[in-house]
Amino acid sequence: MPSLKDLKNRISSVKSTQKITKAMQMVAAAKLKRAQDAATAARPYAERMAAVLANLSASAGAGGPKLLAGTGSDQTHLVVVMTAERGLAGGFNTYTAKLAKQTISALQSEGKTVKVLTVGKKGREQLKRDFADLFIGHVDMSSVKSDDFAEPAIALGKNLTARFEDGEFDVATLIYSQFKNVLSQVPTAQQLIPAAAPADAETIDLGNAIYRYEPSEDAILEALLPRYINTQILSAMLEGSAGFYASQMTAMDNATRNAGEMIDSLELQYNRARQAQITKELIEIISGAEAL
Amino acid sequence: MADKLHFSLVSPAKELFSGEVDHVIAPGSDGEFGVLVNHAPFMTTLRNGVVRVLEGDTVKMRIFVRGGFADITSAGLTILAEEARMLDDVKAEDVQAEMEATHLKIQSLDKDDSNRATLQEHYDYLESLKAALVH
Repeated sequence: MPSLKDLKNRISSVKSTQKITKAMQMVAAAKLKRAQDAATAARPYAERMAAVLANLSASAGAGGPKLLAGTGSDQTHLVVVMTAERGLAGGFNTYTAKLAKQTISALQSEGKTVKVLTVGKKGREQLKRDFADLFIGHVDMSSVKSDDFAEPAIALGKNLTARFEDGEFDVATLIYSQFKNVLSQVPTAQQLIPAAAPADAETIDLGNAIYRYEPSEDAILEALLPRYINTQILSAMLEGSAGFYASQMTAMDNATRNAGEMIDSLELQYNRARQAQITKELIEIISGAEAL
Repeated sequence: MADKLHFSLVSPAKELFSGEVDHVIAPGSDGEFGVLVNHAPFMTTLRNGVVRVLEGDTVKMRIFVRGGFADITSAGLTILAEEARMLDDVKAEDVQAEMEATHLKIQSLDKDDSNRATLQEHYDYLESLKAALVH
């Protein structure tokens, strides 16, 4: 049986934990709003870009640039794993890392060579145990402000296209957490290189009209493809950040509620102990008086 | 005019404009071009410059774009800009200050620094933005 003082200490420590989780929840909620707005605002651009690419690649056929047509082989795979820099967000990082592990293992069992590039610290930590020898790079996002993903996205895009040009890999897959809504973030694997227009991208029926290109179709494709890849990385980062805050908010909400329940039961225990002590003292006094 | 052109301008950060307009003049990489309703399908890259949106004969809106693409289909005109700013919201002093800061940064770097090209590009962009403000 813990003493009254012990119980008091525990209650106050749980109370301060609750204050922290409550504060974190509110901070996450505020940041979630911003991240969600940014993710929503970036969507039209990504969608239009996909539509344009779908139009172009439909007419380009197989003879297009390497970023679109691929190297003709699919032996070496690069898996880009995008997670958060920080934890305390429920299963957010774990789920993404789990999908990454499954993807890597599946590719390996098919006899492919796999390389891994991680974005965000948490995913790297989780993959280190099994796949440390596959790591070829890491992007540190800890210094990046949550509303300024454009620069790191472009840098990562450049990095990937350069590696692709050097023949370091044939296929790049991006694994990130897709933001469905506040309650659900879905870990998603998406092929990044060779660029594939999503199947659901709207293509516009031109009838019999013929597209005209300026300067030329190839020049446009060449300019468009790297940007398309950058855009995909950017929207993955934005969705990931929105998902992270949503997940953190939910996790912290649960933690706050848990702490509340714990405080209630500790307080009950404390009151019982206090009453038991009072009763005990009374009995001592009464039996002392009776003895006289 | 009964028919109007559906025009939308999006940048990675947000959708700046979407709606029905009469006439859009955009800076194509091979020269400026105007788009009216029912334009033939056409796609081009853009250079840094001003996209003008006209309502009748008056310029309603001027948007500065930094590179990108214009895609014209039967559904309308879509401009995908790398970066876009409403010209009315840009202040000349801010641009000047940013130009000077960028210039200093360029000078502090080594000749073969890989960042130099990026910064130089940014400087050129600011210069063309400044030029657009004067007109």
